[in-house]
Amino acid sequence: MTIKTFKGGTHPPHDKPAANKPIVTAKVPSRVVIPLSQHSGAPCEPLVEVGDEVKMGQKIGDVKAFISAPVHSSVSGKVVEIAPHFNPGGSSPMCVVIESDGKDTWADDVKPKKPLEELTGEEIINITKEAGIVGLGGAAFPTHVKLIPPEGGLEALILNGAECEPYLTCDHRLMVERAEDMIYGAKAMMKALQARKCYIGIEVNKPDAIAATRDAIGGDSTIEVVELEVKYPQGSGKQLVTAVMNGLEVPSGKRSTDVGVQVSNTGTAIVIADAIKTGRPLIDTVMTVAGSGVNESANILVRVGTIFTEIVEQCGGIKENAAKIIMGGPMMGGAVPTLDFPICKATSGVLIFTKDEVVMHEILPCIKCGRCVDVCPAFIMPNFISNAGEQNNHVEAKKLHVEECIECGSCAFVCPAKRPIVQWIRLCKSAIWAMSSK
Amino acid sequence: MENLAVEKRFVVSSSPHVKTPETVQKIMIDVLIALVPAVVVAAVFFREKAIIPIVICLVAAMATEFLLIRKGIFNDGSAAVTGVLLALTLPPGSDWWLCVIGAVSAIILGKYVFGGLGNNIFNPALVGRAVLLASWGGRMTAWLSPVDLKSTATPLAEPGQAALVDLFTGNVAGCLGETSAVALLIGAAYLLYRGHINWRIPGGYIGSALIMGTVMSAAGFGFDITMGLWHVLAGGLLLGALFMATDMVTSPVTPNGQLIFGIGCGVLTMLIRIYGNYPEGVTFAILIMNAVTPLIDNATRPRFYGEVKK
Repeated sequence: MTIKTFKGGTHPPHDKPAANKPIVTAKVPSRVVIPLSQHSGAPCEPLVEVGDEVKMGQKIGDVKAFISAPVHSSVSGKVVEIAPHFNPGGSSPMCVVIESDGKDTWADDVKPKKPLEELTGEEIINITKEAGIVGLGGAAFPTHVKLIPPEGGLEALILNGAECEPYLTCDHRLMVERAEDMIYGAKAMMKALQARKCYIGIEVNKPDAIAATRDAIGGDSTIEVVELEVKYPQGSGKQLVTAVMNGLEVPSGKRSTDVGVQVSNTGTAIVIADAIKTGRPLIDTVMTVAGSGVNESANILVRVGTIFTEIVEQCGGIKENAAKIIMGGPMMGGAVPTLDFPICKATSGVLIFTKDEVVMHEILPCIKCGRCVDVCPAFIMPNFISNAGEQNNHVEAKKLHVEECIECGSCAFVCPAKRPIVQWIRLCKSAIWAMSSK
Repeated sequence: MENLAVEKRFVVSSSPHVKTPETVQKIMIDVLIALVPAVVVAAVFFREKAIIPIVICLVAAMATEFLLIRKGIFNDGSAAVTGVLLALTLPPGSDWWLCVIGAVSAIILGKYVFGGLGNNIFNPALVGRAVLLASWGGRMTAWLSPVDLKSTATPLAEPGQAALVDLFTGNVAGCLGETSAVALLIGAAYLLYRGHINWRIPGGYIGSALIMGTVMSAAGFGFDITMGLWHVLAGGLLLGALFMATDMVTSPVTPNGQLIFGIGCGVLTMLIRIYGNYPEGVTFAILIMNAVTPLIDNATRPRFYGEVKK
């Protein structure tokens, strides 16, 4: 078996402290704050009012827009408030606040669907939409939109089990513990997409996940595990396509489906399996809590809407010198100023770093060492773009193809001058976007 | 939202939240470490006539930078590198004032007129050397034999005369750092191992000089295949190819650009050596290629991921 990969990339310190910790279930929260916008696309309108009794799995938010995903209650209880609440994305979307009655009574319409063999592709897409399933890899794009088959079907579906971010282990644990369901979900997605093959890409530092997945595949020749080199950002969509499909590139400005490939997260396949087998919508998610600032790292199944403060307490609390809270992995995750935010469908992890790890470096001029050029998986020139960004020269940045940047952070990671390259790139991108939309 | 104020001890910054331990200062320290073998060999062969110029250049370069920006005497370490590199391009026993003028020129004209480290177009040490070469040509070519420390000519004055083995070990007249090939190669091997240089610039430089030396010897001095090797080992070519041309700030960042840059340095060096007025061409070859580095970078921009030809 050859180990595949892409060109470029880097090797951040690969700490995965929770890799061998089985998934534990968090306590049922007494109160959940469920944002009505947990996905890319149109935010939902609330379907409930303050004072309403709701059951677990009951739809509480939806919208007619095509690119959107409904939101369901993750507990049974009573709606006490509908108001904006701080969200890690930086915005404060409307949230439905529900006080749990502790009974976890399921809604009546949460029932197993027909067996997979009897479902049509359209029915699978509909089940995925009704269950409010979004991509769990990070972007939270509504999955039902991605399951619409292109003309003539699809060459291959790629499930992304690379999990190349340091610390994060939720996908790893899900593959180890729920490989059967992942394969079930993969088959459902293949049916919907009319995909001829399914490749499950896993970095070779997760031999137990590779073994469990191979076991679950059994003799099915349409599904195959692809072993990937341990290299960041192996789990980035385009880079994964290139690695798995032997050098195939997604052309600039196009989607992977234009070259016959669709990419989805392994965890997404599992929740699709749940939605078909049990009828339960996406009301909880497995996340990793890790970092030197938390007393006990964990992979933990959390109800959507649980306030993170409660989760941290179940992980032994944070240390006195905790200094940074990161939503997601250390390479791409966003820092948040507080522990008081709700867990969303696509929350993959929260990292807590201590003061010693939060160093504010002096930013030096670029010495043109070229390390960023060597590691950039988009093959652009982060050094020159960062200079353009520093000077607010957005025209120059555009000439240097700043828009091709996937913001993986490899350049800023390797930069010896500690230049905040990604930050400048983001500023350039938004400025260019603002210019072009005028 | 009121809790934000309560928990303001949490730092918010842009990703990535982990960074390599590598710093500019650590890179410069590694370059200094890589120069140790050459410095030691120079000290062995030329004794105080090597040690005194090296120390003066080092101190003068660091002091000049300190007086200009006052950020700690060592700062990022680049001034120290410039000082040592400049000293290695001087003849043994250079006068103290020659060292000081060279070092001050290197730091001010080579670096700070452009805005400091990272913004300079030309290799600062070579700028310092060029100033001295243009102003005191005689003193800059007053060589000593390492055997008896008496005046002698550089081997480049009589191409092909010095034995290759002497060029390799350093038992020839020349600038402080250009006598011993083996010391320079040890230092370069360390830089390669640490990932601060790659094979492209030295490879292009040495490779093109080797080929040109062999081919052009047929035209000028009678065909001799060892002439290529002789040209590589004699004079400042190795010091230039391994430590000067590989200066990150003043060389291209693209892989193809680095190769072109190296080849350009090699070709220009050989043209100056064989057809030019100066016996040695390394300094001006590298300075000329420094000047065209932005053009090379522009012309060799890599194809970005998913780029579609229009």
